[in-house]
Amino acid sequence: MIQVQGLHKSFGNLKVLKGIDLEVQKGEVVSVIGGSGSGKSTLLYCINAIEKIQKGKILVDGIDAHDKKTDKNKLRQKLGMVFQQWNSFPHLTVLENVTLAPRVVLGQTTKQAEDLAKQYLDHVGLGDKYDEYPTRMSGGQQQRLAIARTLAMKPSYMLLDEVTSALDPELVGEVLDTLRLLRKEGMTMICVTHEMAFAKEVSDRIAFVEKGIIEEIGDAHQVIENPANEKTQRFLSKVL
Amino acid sequence: MGLSLFTPLSWNDTGFILTGVLNTLYISIVAIFLGSVLGMVVGFIRSISKQSFNLFMGAFLDILRTVPLIIQLVLFSTYVGVIGWPLNPFTCGSIILSLYTMAFMSEVFRAGFESVSDSMRIASRSLGMGYWQTIRYIVLPIGMRTVFPSWIGVSLSVVKDSALVSVIGYMELLRTSDQLITRTQQPLEILLGVGLFYFIISYPLSFFGRHMERKMAI
Amino acid sequence: MGDYQFHWIIVYQALPQMLKGTFVTLHVSLLSMFLGIIIAVFLSLGKMSETRILNIIPNIWIEIARNTPALFQIYMAYFGLGAFGIHLSPYVSVLSALVFINAGYLAETFRGGFQSIPSTQLIASRSLGMTRIKAYRYVVLPQMFRRVYHPMTNQFVWSILMSSLGILVGMGELSGETQRLQSLSFRTLEFFMVAAVLYYVVTKSVLLCSELISKKIFTGDI
Repeated sequence: MIQVQGLHKSFGNLKVLKGIDLEVQKGEVVSVIGGSGSGKSTLLYCINAIEKIQKGKILVDGIDAHDKKTDKNKLRQKLGMVFQQWNSFPHLTVLENVTLAPRVVLGQTTKQAEDLAKQYLDHVGLGDKYDEYPTRMSGGQQQRLAIARTLAMKPSYMLLDEVTSALDPELVGEVLDTLRLLRKEGMTMICVTHEMAFAKEVSDRIAFVEKGIIEEIGDAHQVIENPANEKTQRFLSKVL
Repeated sequence: MGLSLFTPLSWNDTGFILTGVLNTLYISIVAIFLGSVLGMVVGFIRSISKQSFNLFMGAFLDILRTVPLIIQLVLFSTYVGVIGWPLNPFTCGSIILSLYTMAFMSEVFRAGFESVSDSMRIASRSLGMGYWQTIRYIVLPIGMRTVFPSWIGVSLSVVKDSALVSVIGYMELLRTSDQLITRTQQPLEILLGVGLFYFIISYPLSFFGRHMERKMAI
Repeated sequence: MGDYQFHWIIVYQALPQMLKGTFVTLHVSLLSMFLGIIIAVFLSLGKMSETRILNIIPNIWIEIARNTPALFQIYMAYFGLGAFGIHLSPYVSVLSALVFINAGYLAETFRGGFQSIPSTQLIASRSLGMTRIKAYRYVVLPQMFRRVYHPMTNQFVWSILMSSLGILVGMGELSGETQRLQSLSFRTLEFFMVAAVLYYVVTKSVLLCSELISKKIFTGDI
């Protein structure tokens, strides 16, 4: 379970998150929607302890993510993160991209890591690209590679940061398909996304964030089709 | 106190040093000017010419770039002496330093010309401009702007490399200071002064060049 | 060509000595690169440091190296240090001058290479649970190495060419040796032509090797 309690985060004088409370149960998919600059991506970076926080608490399976005594590297192994700009490692082949962390972090042998990596690459539909270099692939393929790279660390949770926003429209579908697959397998996910239809389809719950505050959170269908909050209505009327 | 062969540095030496300073500036400016003009022509020809011709010209430029300047200077001044057509150190040094500069400048300008994309050329041709008009109004101004930082870089290295022309007897700054050192036996003071001169010439320009580079990167 | 008669036999007889000079040239430039790289790493780290005091020495070093001629550096080492009672041999003078300049230029190369790696690469590595050291070791530094490889090769070629200044302080590298040999026979043209060919062959071979090595170790594009 991921618990975010009274989270405040600011960059210098700029307050980005102003008291976020959120609980995500094991097996649940929660989407976070909201305009750009609303702070929704920052929320993911805070959960992953990539960004420091000013106030509040984040517990991942009961472990305080921002406690000095917490082993952040151990924590991040639990939290797989996929980025908007996929961030594949350009100097490594597709296979090496996936095997790197299991080898150097988990201490797997090359053989072990490769077997596992091939499994995940096949899973996301990159079974024929093992020896290709990421820069020669499309954005959609690179994003699926990033998902496989994250899955190879066997995370308990996936944090997805606008994973389709930087993709050409015709490539969005293949990445969403991969996420649907993860959903079916019961992966716990927090998705920051612009894809309202997709959010409605795969999420259990949807949270609408504006100006660093969760204005509305509830059942996915209810929030999209029948938002209670006026601000949510205004936002949805603009994007739908 | 015994009689000494050496006399300390005095104000009378200022004029001597100044000659060296001016000679260094003089030959540098000549070489940068000629090298840039020739380099621009060669760079332009290389950017539009066929592979085979490029290979031939590249090989010649390669020799200028991969044989140390000092060897080129000695070879050339000996050669003109041997064929009975001796040149004074300045002429001799200017010719070699200009060719040497051209070899580097041609690459700079070639990159500049090639940086102007085909679509931009096509756009200007579509406006009814002719080939040379396109070169004159589009390719040159844009290309020159992009090469400016590298041009400063090469020019500064020419100022520094001009010190080597001393080897064929040109009285540039380092050679005059070398002679002063022999007479005064005060190498440190003289060399520090010389170093300061180069630094004062070079630092502001290189700073400016890097500033331009940053500005254009954005 | 007038009535000049080429006498190649003298050069041919002196070829072993010239090759020995070539070896010294390679030796001094390789060593100057090796030491220059080590110092450059520290200079670039100092320059990138947020502690102001650590920026001072790298800044002074880099600017002097970039803005004064190599010949000046060599004279400083050979004549200038005499004022402090330090008398360096021609070899050490040329070596230290080359090390000084290489370190200055490479420091900037390293800094540029390092800063050209997007910070997102580090973030992505850390998000996979890598420690900072592992992220640098496996992700950031290998990419940086690719970007500084060609500038490093160019710096090496530059060192080879600039070591020819050894001629002015009587060092026994290729140019100095050529100078000594021609002064015995006054066949200046022949000796320096052969020296030019040797320099050409050496630098071209270095560039070729560097290209082959880069093809071998740098797979994928960046």
